[in-house]
Amino acid sequence: MADLSEPESGSAEHTLPAEAPAAVEVDVSSVAPGMSLVVQWRGKPVVVRNRTEQEMKDGEAVNLAELKDPIARNANLPADAPATDANRTAPGKEAWIVMVQVCTHSGCIPVGQQGDFGGWLCPCHGSQYDSAGRVLKGPAPENMLVPAFQFISDTKIRIG
Amino acid sequence: MSDKHSTYVPKTGIERWFDARLPLPRLVHDSFIVYPVPRNLNYAYTFGGILTVMLASQIITGVVLAMHYAPDTGLAFNSVEKITRDVNSGWLLRSLHSNGASFFFIAVYLHICRGLYYGSYKAPREFLWVLGCTNLLLMMATAFIGYVLPWGQMSYWGATVITNFFTAIPLVGDWIQQLLLGGFAVGNPTLNRFFALHYLLPFMLAGVVTLHIWALHVVGQNNPTGVEVKSKTDVVDFTPYATVKDAVGIIVFLFFFAYFVFYLPNFLGHPDNYTVANPLKTPAHIVPEWYFLPFYAILRAITFNVGPVNSKLGGVLAMFGSIAVLFLVPWLDSSKVRSAVYRPWYRLFFWIFVADALFLGWLGSQPAEGAYVVMSQLATLYYFAFFIIVMPLLGLIETPRPLPHSITEAVLEKNKAKRRAPGPEIRHPSEGR
Repeated sequence: MADLSEPESGSAEHTLPAEAPAAVEVDVSSVAPGMSLVVQWRGKPVVVRNRTEQEMKDGEAVNLAELKDPIARNANLPADAPATDANRTAPGKEAWIVMVQVCTHSGCIPVGQQGDFGGWLCPCHGSQYDSAGRVLKGPAPENMLVPAFQFISDTKIRIG
Repeated sequence: MSDKHSTYVPKTGIERWFDARLPLPRLVHDSFIVYPVPRNLNYAYTFGGILTVMLASQIITGVVLAMHYAPDTGLAFNSVEKITRDVNSGWLLRSLHSNGASFFFIAVYLHICRGLYYGSYKAPREFLWVLGCTNLLLMMATAFIGYVLPWGQMSYWGATVITNFFTAIPLVGDWIQQLLLGGFAVGNPTLNRFFALHYLLPFMLAGVVTLHIWALHVVGQNNPTGVEVKSKTDVVDFTPYATVKDAVGIIVFLFFFAYFVFYLPNFLGHPDNYTVANPLKTPAHIVPEWYFLPFYAILRAITFNVGPVNSKLGGVLAMFGSIAVLFLVPWLDSSKVRSAVYRPWYRLFFWIFVADALFLGWLGSQPAEGAYVVMSQLATLYYFAFFIIVMPLLGLIETPRPLPHSITEAVLEKNKAKRRAPGPEIRHPSEGR
């Protein structure tokens, strides 16, 4: 796994204000394509992934009609925006996936770059997500949530 | 039996003084000494006493544990370890309390099976049964919340998964989940309120248990024949007969309990709960405590959408429905005959139900994939069919065996048959007195 900020077990709760609803700023300058970073926001992990060329191609190739959840679930877009690959990212920053890494089925944390679609695989009940975090298989009803976020500079993201 | 007049006669001055002010000695005398119980009760009828002992044990050990426990996410895990290692007899308190929860459930499940087998829920004992179901629900809530307190990985992720299912409820789901958690995710506010509730609920349980026993003493105990008490020869005094029998049941049960407490203290737990909670990493395989496994299997069996109900909400409805259906049992069973002893078909379906529930428990411990899902769905189907289809229909089509006219007659018949039988006389303890 390429998660850079995998915390020592148990320490996370006390290194970050888990319940603070405030925004979190993340420096992503060290995240090269194919790498991910996890930060805690509202007590939940938010993954920031710099996708590879292949992952972006795979994401665009997904047929929208086959999606279990046709809605983008992107807090930065209207509530009914379709779940295109671009709608799961930010304009001009299509390589970057920023999303709450919590399975929409029962709240477990899916493991990155696993499963049949090169996206996320939930260890609890086997839901599978593609490289854009859209659910393709398993009991999860919705795509993983893209939180309100913005690039405040080329190397800094503000979540929340 | 409730119309029976009190036979208590205060003998001393102190007893007369209390009797005129708060007749507690009279209550004890009438409820636990001369209270008439059917003469044919077997050992399946001792689980009520066993459960009372377990509740008392859980409250006593729990109160002392609470004196040493710290409900803070930074301290909770270590405080539990400290209890085990540093607190005098802490290892024993904790082992009694955690294994006590398991044995509480063993006893309650056997108690429920006893009720289902002998038809103890039928009129006039419907409300007694409903109070019992309420007790089960309170026990489950208490046990689930208590399992979060050690703040291990299973504590954290069990709490996350189960509270997450509330979000399946339309409109108010997210609000309910955030209210339960005190935030967006399981955290310190969750632990604080769970600790407070874990201390509160057992006392609520004790209150409903009191109502349960009260209701029992109003309608009187059912018995293995299911035939109501008709005359004085059908009954014996609670003390010494039921008291001694209950004591034997309790002691035997405590032997099993003690074996686990002293020799297998972690057998029923999960090793992952000895890893401190980590909000950023889910264990590979989340399982609840064994006593929730059948319901967990039912939750996971609903993998398909039914009309407007998606699979997630469907699973939640099925899981809660599996408990809710128990409340309706008195009105689902259409048979006039109470006891499965005289209902050959019901007895068969009952034992299939028991096997089905155990099978669901095993399925709940397996990963939710492939054939396990299909088997869970079939087992869930039978679980509900037993209550919703078998119970109402069987009473209409089944021909029960002839009932004895009274408990006394049933007991005498049995003894007569035994005397006639050749070979050495072997008395089985379950054959009553």
